[in-house]
Amino acid sequence: MADATLDAKGLNCPLPILKAKKAIKELGVGGTLEILATDPGAIKDFEAFCRTTGNELMESGEEGGVFRFVIKRAA
Amino acid sequence: MADGNQMSEEAVEKTIGNAKSMTIIATKGTLDWAYPPFILATTAAAMDVDVTMFFTFYGLPLLNKKLDLQLGTLGNPAMKMPMMGMHMGMPSIVGVIPGVTSGATAMMKNMMKKKGVASIEDLREAAVLSDVRIIACQMTLDLFEMDPKDMIDGIELGGAATYMESALTSDVNLYI
Repeated sequence: MADATLDAKGLNCPLPILKAKKAIKELGVGGTLEILATDPGAIKDFEAFCRTTGNELMESGEEGGVFRFVIKRAA
Repeated sequence: MADGNQMSEEAVEKTIGNAKSMTIIATKGTLDWAYPPFILATTAAAMDVDVTMFFTFYGLPLLNKKLDLQLGTLGNPAMKMPMMGMHMGMPSIVGVIPGVTSGATAMMKNMMKKKGVASIEDLREAAVLSDVRIIACQMTLDLFEMDPKDMIDGIELGGAATYMESALTSDVNLYI
Protein backbone atom coordinates (compact mmCIF):
# COMPACT_ATOMS: atom_id res chain seq x y z
CA MET A 1 0.00 0.00 0.00
CA ALA A 2 1.24 3.48 -0.87
CA ASP A 3 1.32 6.17 1.83
CA ALA A 4 -1.06 8.39 -0.15
CA THR A 5 -3.24 8.20 -3.26
CA LEU A 6 -3.84 10.89 -5.87
CA ASP A 7 -6.90 10.55 -8.06
CA ALA A 8 -6.01 12.36 -11.29
CA LYS A 9 -8.62 10.60 -13.42
CA GLY A 10 -10.20 12.83 -16.06
CA LEU A 11 -7.39 15.39 -15.84
CA ASN A 12 -5.30 16.28 -18.85
CA CYS A 13 -1.67 17.32 -19.32
CA PRO A 14 0.00 18.86 -17.33
CA LEU A 15 -2.39 18.55 -14.35
CA PRO A 16 -1.52 14.95 -13.30
CA ILE A 17 2.18 15.92 -13.07
CA LEU A 18 1.49 19.20 -11.24
CA LYS A 19 -0.79 17.51 -8.71
CA ALA A 20 1.62 14.61 -8.26
CA LYS A 21 4.49 17.00 -7.57
CA LYS A 22 2.42 18.73 -4.88
CA ALA A 23 1.42 15.41 -3.31
CA ILE A 24 5.03 14.10 -3.35
CA LYS A 25 6.15 17.27 -1.56
CA GLU A 26 3.75 16.44 1.27
CA LEU A 27 5.28 12.97 1.71
CA GLY A 28 8.31 12.42 3.88
CA VAL A 29 11.53 11.26 2.19
CA GLY A 30 11.04 7.59 1.23
CA GLY A 31 7.25 7.97 1.23
CA THR A 32 5.21 6.52 -1.62
CA LEU A 33 2.43 8.02 -3.72
CA GLU A 34 -0.09 6.09 -5.79
CA ILE A 35 -1.46 7.98 -8.79
CA LEU A 36 -4.54 7.04 -10.80
CA ALA A 37 -4.88 8.71 -14.20
CA THR A 38 -6.74 8.37 -17.49
CA ASP A 39 -4.50 10.64 -19.60
CA PRO A 40 -2.67 8.27 -22.01
CA GLY A 41 0.22 10.75 -22.10
CA ALA A 42 0.78 10.17 -18.38
CA ILE A 43 2.80 6.96 -18.96
CA LYS A 44 5.66 8.65 -20.77
CA ASP A 45 5.31 11.83 -18.72
CA PHE A 46 5.67 10.12 -15.34
CA GLU A 47 8.69 8.18 -16.64
CA ALA A 48 10.33 11.45 -17.74
CA PHE A 49 9.27 13.21 -14.53
CA CYS A 50 10.92 10.54 -12.40
CA ARG A 51 14.12 10.37 -14.49
CA THR A 52 14.49 14.14 -14.17
CA THR A 53 13.58 14.59 -10.52
CA GLY A 54 15.29 11.44 -9.22
CA ASN A 55 12.11 10.14 -7.63
CA GLU A 56 11.66 6.42 -8.15
CA LEU A 57 8.89 5.08 -10.40
CA MET A 58 8.20 1.83 -8.57
CA GLU A 59 5.12 0.70 -10.49
CA SER A 60 3.49 1.64 -13.77
CA GLY A 61 0.53 -0.21 -15.20
CA GLU A 62 -2.97 -0.12 -16.60
CA GLU A 63 -6.19 -1.73 -15.52
CA GLY A 64 -9.59 -1.18 -17.09
CA GLY A 65 -8.55 2.03 -18.84
CA VAL A 66 -7.04 3.54 -15.69
CA PHE A 67 -3.30 4.02 -15.45
CA ARG A 68 -1.71 3.42 -12.05
CA PHE A 69 1.69 4.63 -10.94
CA VAL A 70 3.55 4.38 -7.65
CA ILE A 71 6.30 6.92 -7.04
CA LYS A 72 8.74 6.92 -4.14
CA ARG A 73 10.04 10.28 -2.98
CA ALA A 74 13.84 10.41 -3.19
CA ALA A 75 14.78 13.67 -1.46
CA MET B 1 22.59 11.91 2.00
CA ALA B 2 19.31 13.12 3.37
CA ASP B 3 18.89 12.75 7.07
CA GLY B 4 15.14 12.34 7.64
CA ASN B 5 13.43 15.39 6.16
CA GLN B 6 16.46 17.56 6.72
CA MET B 7 18.93 17.74 3.86
CA SER B 8 22.57 18.08 4.80
CA GLU B 9 24.29 21.32 3.85
CA GLU B 10 26.30 19.43 1.26
CA ALA B 11 23.16 17.97 -0.29
CA VAL B 12 21.49 21.38 -0.46
CA GLU B 13 24.54 22.87 -2.14
CA LYS B 14 24.68 20.00 -4.60
CA THR B 15 21.00 20.39 -5.45
CA ILE B 16 21.31 24.13 -5.99
CA GLY B 17 24.47 23.68 -8.04
CA ASN B 18 22.76 21.12 -10.28
CA ALA B 19 19.49 22.99 -10.62
CA LYS B 20 18.47 23.52 -14.25
CA SER B 21 16.93 26.79 -15.29
CA MET B 22 14.66 27.96 -18.09
CA THR B 23 13.29 31.25 -19.37
CA ILE B 24 10.21 31.79 -21.52
CA ILE B 25 9.24 34.96 -23.38
CA ALA B 26 5.45 35.09 -23.74
CA THR B 27 4.46 37.44 -26.57
CA LYS B 28 0.93 36.37 -27.46
CA GLY B 29 -2.32 36.77 -25.60
CA THR B 30 -4.95 34.68 -27.36
CA LEU B 31 -6.44 31.67 -25.57
CA ASP B 32 -4.56 29.12 -27.69
CA TRP B 33 -1.19 30.90 -27.50
CA ALA B 34 -1.50 31.39 -23.74
CA TYR B 35 -1.25 27.64 -23.07
CA PRO B 36 2.29 26.65 -24.12
CA PRO B 37 4.15 29.15 -21.88
CA PHE B 38 2.09 28.31 -18.80
CA ILE B 39 2.08 24.54 -19.38
CA LEU B 40 5.85 24.45 -19.85
CA ALA B 41 6.56 26.82 -16.96
CA THR B 42 4.46 24.88 -14.45
CA THR B 43 5.69 21.47 -15.62
CA ALA B 44 9.33 22.57 -15.54
CA ALA B 45 8.84 23.98 -12.03
CA ALA B 46 7.36 20.62 -11.00
CA MET B 47 10.52 18.99 -12.37
CA ASP B 48 12.64 21.20 -10.09
CA VAL B 49 13.62 23.63 -12.84
CA ASP B 50 14.13 27.26 -11.90
CA VAL B 51 11.77 29.15 -14.25
CA THR B 52 11.61 32.80 -15.34
CA MET B 53 8.77 34.10 -17.52
CA PHE B 54 8.96 37.45 -19.35
CA PHE B 55 5.63 38.86 -20.56
CA THR B 56 5.82 41.37 -23.39
CA PHE B 57 3.55 42.95 -26.03
CA TYR B 58 0.31 40.95 -26.39
CA GLY B 59 1.56 38.48 -23.81
CA LEU B 60 1.52 41.12 -21.08
CA PRO B 61 -2.29 41.16 -20.61
CA LEU B 62 -1.97 37.50 -19.52
CA LEU B 63 -0.91 38.96 -16.16
CA ASN B 64 -4.13 40.93 -15.68
CA LYS B 65 -6.12 39.71 -12.67
CA LYS B 66 -9.23 39.40 -14.79
CA LEU B 67 -8.75 37.38 -17.95
CA ASP B 68 -11.15 37.09 -20.82
CA LEU B 69 -9.03 35.28 -23.37
CA GLN B 70 -10.37 34.83 -26.85
CA LEU B 71 -9.52 32.33 -29.54
CA GLY B 72 -7.94 33.91 -32.61
CA THR B 73 -9.91 32.49 -35.53
CA LEU B 74 -8.49 34.58 -38.37
CA GLY B 75 -5.68 33.31 -40.57
CA ASN B 76 -5.48 29.93 -38.90
CA PRO B 77 -6.35 27.23 -41.45
CA ALA B 78 -4.95 24.58 -39.06
CA MET B 79 -7.78 25.16 -36.60
CA LYS B 80 -10.15 22.27 -37.03
CA MET B 81 -12.68 21.60 -34.29
CA PRO B 82 -14.56 18.34 -33.75
CA MET B 83 -18.11 19.07 -34.79
CA MET B 84 -21.03 16.85 -35.80
CA GLY B 85 -18.83 13.75 -35.76
CA MET B 86 -16.12 15.24 -37.98
CA HIS B 87 -13.41 17.87 -37.91
CA MET B 88 -14.48 21.15 -39.39
CA GLY B 89 -12.18 23.91 -40.48
CA MET B 90 -13.34 27.47 -40.85
CA PRO B 91 -12.75 29.57 -43.97
CA SER B 92 -10.81 32.68 -42.89
CA ILE B 93 -13.54 34.98 -44.20
CA VAL B 94 -16.01 33.58 -41.63
CA GLY B 95 -13.74 34.81 -38.82
CA VAL B 96 -14.56 38.44 -39.58
CA ILE B 97 -18.28 37.99 -38.92
CA PRO B 98 -19.22 39.53 -35.55
CA GLY B 99 -19.85 36.86 -32.93
CA VAL B 100 -17.73 34.16 -34.57
CA THR B 101 -14.72 34.78 -32.33
CA SER B 102 -16.77 34.63 -29.13
CA GLY B 103 -18.68 31.60 -30.41
CA ALA B 104 -15.50 29.71 -31.27
CA THR B 105 -14.00 30.75 -27.92
CA ALA B 106 -17.00 29.43 -26.00
CA MET B 107 -16.80 26.15 -27.93
CA MET B 108 -13.10 25.77 -27.20
CA LYS B 109 -13.50 26.55 -23.48
CA ASN B 110 -16.36 24.07 -23.26
CA MET B 111 -14.28 21.40 -25.01
CA MET B 112 -11.33 22.05 -22.69
CA LYS B 113 -13.51 21.68 -19.61
CA LYS B 114 -14.92 18.41 -20.90
CA LYS B 115 -11.44 17.03 -21.62
CA GLY B 116 -10.01 18.01 -18.21
CA VAL B 117 -7.68 20.68 -19.59
CA ALA B 118 -6.70 23.25 -16.95
CA SER B 119 -7.82 26.86 -17.34
CA ILE B 120 -5.17 29.52 -17.92
CA GLU B 121 -6.16 31.05 -14.58
CA ASP B 122 -5.40 27.74 -12.80
CA LEU B 123 -2.07 27.23 -14.58
CA ARG B 124 -1.05 30.80 -13.82
CA GLU B 125 -1.88 30.31 -10.15
CA ALA B 126 0.15 27.08 -10.15
CA ALA B 127 3.08 28.98 -11.67
CA VAL B 128 2.94 31.62 -8.93
CA LEU B 129 2.61 28.97 -6.20
CA SER B 130 5.63 27.07 -7.54
CA ASP B 131 7.82 30.18 -7.36
CA VAL B 132 8.09 30.86 -11.08
CA ARG B 133 9.71 34.28 -11.46
CA ILE B 134 7.36 36.51 -13.44
CA ILE B 135 8.61 39.68 -15.14
CA ALA B 136 6.22 42.19 -16.75
CA CYS B 137 7.76 44.22 -19.57
CA GLN B 138 7.96 47.84 -18.41
CA MET B 139 8.05 49.21 -21.96
CA THR B 140 4.88 47.36 -22.99
CA LEU B 141 3.21 48.57 -19.80
CA ASP B 142 3.94 52.18 -20.78
CA LEU B 143 3.12 51.64 -24.44
CA PHE B 144 -0.33 50.14 -23.84
CA GLU B 145 -0.97 52.35 -20.78
CA MET B 146 -1.57 49.35 -18.55
CA ASP B 147 -1.62 49.53 -14.75
CA PRO B 148 0.37 47.06 -12.60
CA LYS B 149 -2.41 47.43 -10.02
CA ASP B 150 -4.69 45.49 -12.39
CA MET B 151 -2.20 42.63 -12.47
CA ILE B 152 -1.71 39.60 -10.23
CA ASP B 153 0.48 39.88 -7.13
CA GLY B 154 4.02 38.59 -7.00
CA ILE B 155 5.24 39.92 -10.34
CA GLU B 156 8.16 42.26 -10.96
CA LEU B 157 8.65 44.93 -13.61
CA GLY B 158 11.71 44.83 -15.83
CA GLY B 159 13.19 45.32 -19.26
CA ALA B 160 15.25 43.46 -21.81
CA ALA B 161 18.42 43.56 -19.70
CA THR B 162 16.60 42.05 -16.71
CA TYR B 163 15.45 39.22 -18.96
CA MET B 164 18.86 38.77 -20.60
CA GLU B 165 20.64 38.46 -17.28
CA SER B 166 18.44 35.49 -16.54
CA ALA B 167 18.59 34.05 -20.09
CA LEU B 168 22.38 34.11 -20.21
CA THR B 169 22.66 31.70 -17.29
CA SER B 170 19.73 29.45 -18.26
CA ASP B 171 19.83 25.99 -19.83
CA VAL B 172 16.68 26.53 -21.92
CA ASN B 173 15.35 29.78 -23.40
CA LEU B 174 12.04 29.78 -25.27
CA TYR B 175 10.28 32.46 -27.28
CA ILE B 176 6.57 31.84 -27.61
